Formats: sequence, C-alpha cells, structure tokens
Amino acid sequence: MALVVVASFWVLGVLALVSGGLVFRFTSMARATIALLTSLICVGGEVVLLGLPYLGVVTILMMVMEMAIMAVFMIAYMMNPAGLTPMSMLHNKGGSLAVSGTVFVALAAGIFLVPWPRRAGSPPPDTTFQVGESLMGAQMLTMIVLGFALLATIVGAIVLSTRRGRYDRFGDDLDRRPPRDPAGGGVGR
Amino acid sequence: MTLHLVLLLAAGLFAIGLFGALTQQSIVMIMMGIELMIGGVIVGAAAFWRFLAPAAASGQVIVVAAVVAMAVEMAMGFAVTTAIFRTRQIDMTDMAKDLEG
Repeated sequence: MALVVVASFWVLGVLALVSGGLVFRFTSMARATIALLTSLICVGGEVVLLGLPYLGVVTILMMVMEMAIMAVFMIAYMMNPAGLTPMSMLHNKGGSLAVSGTVFVALAAGIFLVPWPRRAGSPPPDTTFQVGESLMGAQMLTMIVLGFALLATIVGAIVLSTRRGRYDRFGDDLDRRPPRDPAGGGVGR
Repeated sequence: MTLHLVLLLAAGLFAIGLFGALTQQSIVMIMMGIELMIGGVIVGAAAFWRFLAPAAASGQVIVVAAVVAMAVEMAMGFAVTTAIFRTRQIDMTDMAKDLEG
C-alpha cells in the first residue's frame, strides 16, 4: 500500500511539473489550457495522497470547471489563439528565467537548510470533519472574510465587465431622467 | 514521500508559474502562471499540515484560502481583461505600458 502511495506521488509530481512547463511551450491555447488542467489535477491528487481527500477532490472539481471557462477566455483574448501563425508570445525571457531560477534555488536551499520542527500530534481519523469543524468554529472569522471576499469579487467583476451599467444610464448620482439610452423605449418616446 | 520532496515539488510549481507570469505577453497567460504558483502554495500547505502539524486544522484552512484566492484571481482577472479590451482593444501587457507604476 505504501509503495502505491510513493509511486503515485512520483508519477503525479513529475506529471504536474512537466505539464506545468508545457503550458508555456504550447502555441495552441486549447492545448495550453488542457496542460494547465492536467497540472492542477495532479496537484489535487497530491493533496489526496497527503491525507486530505476532501480538499483534494474539491481542488480537482474546481479546476475542471475553471479551466472549461478559461479555455473560452483564452481563445477569445489571445492574439494567436490557434497557434497557426508562428510568433513569440514572450518578453524578457532571460531576466524572467534568472528571477524564477533564483527563486527556486532559494526555496530549495530553505527547504533543506531550515531545521523543521518535529511532527506534533497525529492526523485525526476524519480530516474532512477536522476542517469543517474548524471553519465553523475557531476559524469562523476566516470563513466570514473569505465569504466577503467572494461577494466583493462577484460585485467587482460584474461592475468591471458590464458594457453599460446604470451609472451610464442615470448619471453619476443616478438622478438623470429619462435615462440616456442609445435607443428610446416605451410608449411615445 | 517526505516533507522535503513534497516541498521541492511545491517550489518547482511555484517557480514554473513565476516564470510564466513574468514572460507571458498575454494577460490571460499571466493568469495561468499565477494559477500554477497558487497550485504550488496548495501543495506546500498540505505538506506542512501532513508532516508537521496534522492535529491542527490551520494547515487545511490555508489550503481552503488558497483555493478561494484562485477563484477570485480568475474572476477579477477576466473582468479586468474584458474591461481593458473593451475600452482600448488591449490584449497584451506591452500595449498597456502607461499603467506601470
């Protein structure tokens, strides 16, 4: 059983890194989206292997939906969606490589040099219950903040992406009557 | 599967995502880089929970927060992309250089 876990860890880990790298190698946007989805599904799988089945499956489900939406936007907003015309979509490749390489080396050095504390306690029998009880109890403030952040995101995203909202129609103080519309409506207007 | 190995995987994902976020010209591709970086954060948080403090739920809560951050980043990123494309037909970062600060 332990052998299966270790083998799965290596397979998923290598696949996550390889497909993560391929995201920025593919010229076709559909392929890049699938590669990112593969990488993030492997991340969810690793979380399951680490003993958090609920969070791992939630991550996988969320990523599948997110990438389905992402593919639409990718193809809509890319200068070269199908990858049919050869062009470079990169800038500052050398500098970025230096920065990300340095970050990786620094992180790796930290991983091996930091004296990590000894493991405290043991995992509870039901990890899903652990996180649920925490979010509904001691971490309730965190949960409330996350909820407000998501609400603010819903409002903000709609405000930003609306072509014409009520402020365009009724003015900045919402007191312009009749509203300024490109085409009149109603009876006799 | 040790703490060091899992954290190395997390660092690798983070570095690849960072490289993408820094090199890509397309706004949407930059967001893909950020997604990979948050994926690394998720793996790292789960590893810390598993190998250092499995009795405390805080590690799991960090994973939840990272997943929420992913969703927020996607939604706001696409909203900003839509807004700037509508007003100025911009789909590449170098076309919006006047926004740098």
